[in-house]
Amino acid sequence: MIELQNITKSFDGIEILKGISMTFEAGKTNLIIGQSGSGKTVLLKCLLGLHQPNGGDMLFNNQALVEMDDDQRRILRREMGMVFQGSALFDSMTVLENVMFPMQMLTNQSEAIMRKAAEEVIERVNLVDAQQKLPAELSGGMQKRVAIARAVVMKPKYLFCDEPNSGLDPKTAIVIDNLIREITQENNITTVINSHDMNSVMEIGDSILFLKNGVKAWEGSKELIFKTDNEAINDFVYSSNLMKKVKEVYQ
Amino acid sequence: MKLLHHIGAYFLMLRLVFIKPTKAKVMRKLIFQDIQDLIIGSLGIVAFLSFFVGGVVSIQTALNIESPLIPKNLVGFATRQSVILEFAPTFMCIILAGKVGSYITSSIGTMRVTEQIDALEVMGINSVNYLVFPKIISMLLLPFVINISMFLGILGGYTATLYGGFSNSADFIEGIQMDFKPFHVTYAFVKTLIFAVVLATIPSYHGYFMKGGALEVGKAATVAFVWTSIVIIVLNYIVTQLLLA
Repeated sequence: MIELQNITKSFDGIEILKGISMTFEAGKTNLIIGQSGSGKTVLLKCLLGLHQPNGGDMLFNNQALVEMDDDQRRILRREMGMVFQGSALFDSMTVLENVMFPMQMLTNQSEAIMRKAAEEVIERVNLVDAQQKLPAELSGGMQKRVAIARAVVMKPKYLFCDEPNSGLDPKTAIVIDNLIREITQENNITTVINSHDMNSVMEIGDSILFLKNGVKAWEGSKELIFKTDNEAINDFVYSSNLMKKVKEVYQ
Repeated sequence: MKLLHHIGAYFLMLRLVFIKPTKAKVMRKLIFQDIQDLIIGSLGIVAFLSFFVGGVVSIQTALNIESPLIPKNLVGFATRQSVILEFAPTFMCIILAGKVGSYITSSIGTMRVTEQIDALEVMGINSVNYLVFPKIISMLLLPFVINISMFLGILGGYTATLYGGFSNSADFIEGIQMDFKPFHVTYAFVKTLIFAVVLATIPSYHGYFMKGGALEVGKAATVAFVWTSIVIIVLNYIVTQLLLA
């Protein structure tokens, strides 16, 4: 579980996050949604430790990040997996090498054990036939699956995904969404997904945090999103004709 | 002020290179890969340029000797001095700033653009050590490349002199042995080692801290080449003043 307590973050005097509080529960897919520039990525980078918040605290399983020393933070980092928007696979490494990489860097396991663990995860994401291929030889959806495999190979407690569906067709996007949700539930991971894709919201939005201009404008679940009368979230959700039609049918 | 900011950030990056090291087994692999890419991969261009520039130096020297009082062994002497003191260590490093430097900037810059560096950081890996340290270590083999450059430069001069009919073999060989000071070779290697660190770190800095997309990677590589060349030229002056003056 991750608990955000009044997180603030500014860049060059401009306040990007204005006191965000939220609880992301384990075993659930927690979505951060909002328009571009709403502060989603900054919040995710704060969670990852790539940005230092100016105020507030983040509790990882009740352990406050601000009270952690460098060693504790390093250990916490090893409990995190991240799926980047562009997959961020290492170009010169094969799929297998990419998935084995975190273990090679951070553990002292034998090559055979690491290979076995990597192969298991690659099988879980249905990429057995592609394990000797380079990232450039894979489709966008396959690259995302490799990124998920790499992120979960160390059995993280926390999984972060930045726009995991960007650039994917709707069908592949659903495959990726469901894969993330299944892995989250199988391993009881606290998963936080940054998205502005309404299909994802409706597919896997167990818990949703909606940001607008750096402020928490709404929180709820996919079931509640059609029932709320919150103007900000309605404005965001029903911005497309498709969602307007969905609302009409729903009502 | 911007320049001071960059200088400060550069030295802070250098500090990060040597803390929280990557596992030795992984680092060894990275170093061998960088030796292949940066050192072995440069041998061809270095050999080609050295041979022909050495030839040009000897031809120009021979053509400028008009007085019959000047001994013909001066061609060999001038070729040796030019190649050992300046051409091989300094100008070859500037050429390598273009080849090796732009490779380093663009490879690290591409990793920045495609979030691969963020991925390393999220895994708890010191990305500066992982990326820059193996490049510094592999570039410390640069004196071997410069040694080959010296040999081929003089060989090129010898070949051009002989086949151009500017002097004979005995005179040229007498020239390259005349008044030889081993310290000149030491001086060349000392400055090569300094330039090697510059060649590894300035392009790394420009790649690591670049912002933007693919176009900015190209711009960063150009800026890195300009600054690497400037720093090499300035350091060349300082080292020459300190060691030879």
